[in-house]
Amino acid sequence: MSADIQRSIDAVWRIESPRLIAVLTRMLRDVGVAEELTQDVLVTALEHWPRRGVPDNPGAWLMTAAKRRAIDFLRRRKVLERKHAQLGHELESEQGQPAADIEASMDDEIGDDLLRLMFVACHPVLSTDARVALTLRLLGGLTTGEIARAYLQPEPTIAQRIVRAKRTLADKKVAFEVPRAAELRERLDSVLEVIYLVFNEGYTATAGDDWMRPDLCGEALRLGRVLVGLMPGEAEVHGLVALMEIHASRERARVDAEGRPVLLLEQNRAQWDRLLIRRGLDALERAAKAGLAGPYTVQAMIAACHARALTVQATDWVRIAQLYETLAQMTPSPVVELNRAVAISRAFGAQSGLDLVDALAADQALDNYHLLPSVRGDLLGMLGRVDEAREEFRRAAALAGNARERQLLLQRAADCGREAASS
Amino acid sequence: MRFMVMVRANRESESGAMPSAQRLAEMGKFNEELVKAGVMLAAEGLRASSLGARVRFSGSKRSVIDGPFAETKELIAGFWLWQVRSLDEAIEWVKRCPNPFDGESEIEIRQVFEAEDFG
Repeated sequence: MSADIQRSIDAVWRIESPRLIAVLTRMLRDVGVAEELTQDVLVTALEHWPRRGVPDNPGAWLMTAAKRRAIDFLRRRKVLERKHAQLGHELESEQGQPAADIEASMDDEIGDDLLRLMFVACHPVLSTDARVALTLRLLGGLTTGEIARAYLQPEPTIAQRIVRAKRTLADKKVAFEVPRAAELRERLDSVLEVIYLVFNEGYTATAGDDWMRPDLCGEALRLGRVLVGLMPGEAEVHGLVALMEIHASRERARVDAEGRPVLLLEQNRAQWDRLLIRRGLDALERAAKAGLAGPYTVQAMIAACHARALTVQATDWVRIAQLYETLAQMTPSPVVELNRAVAISRAFGAQSGLDLVDALAADQALDNYHLLPSVRGDLLGMLGRVDEAREEFRRAAALAGNARERQLLLQRAADCGREAASS
Repeated sequence: MRFMVMVRANRESESGAMPSAQRLAEMGKFNEELVKAGVMLAAEGLRASSLGARVRFSGSKRSVIDGPFAETKELIAGFWLWQVRSLDEAIEWVKRCPNPFDGESEIEIRQVFEAEDFG
């Protein structure tokens, strides 16, 4: 196969595979087989199209071909006799309908199937790592190799992870459905968590030499935008997308020319992507219309406070401190408290913030979290206690997992001495 | 990565006439697909160049030239901003776009610089 065709296959796979896999999973109740058959259909199509011409509607063509293959599969296995009759009927009745009607009804159905697939890929029977890999594979259309590269893992590790995840789903007989009311909340949280995990791994890589891996941010944003289309009534879906859009808007500003991280308050705000900010603020408005704010929406509101401030001085720190308090009530965590302390220090003075941070430090929950000494160093520096500040930055550097971040913290430790000498 | 996808102008778009209801509907459906796939970042249609202007730079001098502009094929009639993983994916999407005009049309795909390109 020529390189051109291979690249076309990759592109078509990316666009079409999630829908095809979703529909076939509904028909076959087996994600693994659905994926294999989808791959077969795609390869066949791309062998035939160059000779016979690409059909007018490649999506519909592939869908019909995939459904046929699924029915053949069921027939061969002689399983689910009644199901097979029903599906055959579905396909035949579609053939009798005008094309536009088929497309419209197909779109709705496919949407439902995609949503089910998302819930299955993010099912709590799977480990977090498995959920992430499976979601990127099945819904993002990434190849195993691409996922492996993005996560700096050997390809066989990811391939195994995906195979095992599919087996677990089959063994546990995970239902291909959107969970009902009571269960929905928790299951949706898992979907949102997976998307946000992918985003965060891209935004602040937990390992490796690069501070960011923007491709992963892009994948997460895309998944989030797709989910918004599938669940437009869920406030938190809009909230998560708003949060990711606004964070992504800072991508250009948060790394300097040498690849070093630039802190939020030191970023050149002219480099923030206004298009993404606008998209984020729009998403936030839709979240407000859809219902009560949850943790993602509140975090997006905090991010929006920064996005709206054209200068650091214009930041509404009182509002940010309030929002962190709201967030702390929803999801109590020492990390949220630490952020609240930062906002309070900006709104009401460094000492108020330091009091909170000291209380947190005494609690020991954040003993291994590099941002605690980092924030403490910051506040001590503002209060002129440079020797203590330097010590805190060094401690923070020793705890930081990201190489770029560690360098930044060591630099800040060194700067403490210099500032003291020059003042 | 992001791509700017531009529809080249022609006599029809330069005439200032609005596209037919059918074409708007087809384009609307295509745009909906792009949104659903999480690909679409922005989309705008541009009015005829007779309503635009150019500012020409020559050293430190600037001179304003009012539209319309003669070289229709060099103009653009509208654009999208897409987020996709490759040029091939952008091409695949463009192939699915309804023909923007009767007869001959052209759509140009250009990659946008990203933050890391400046690193």
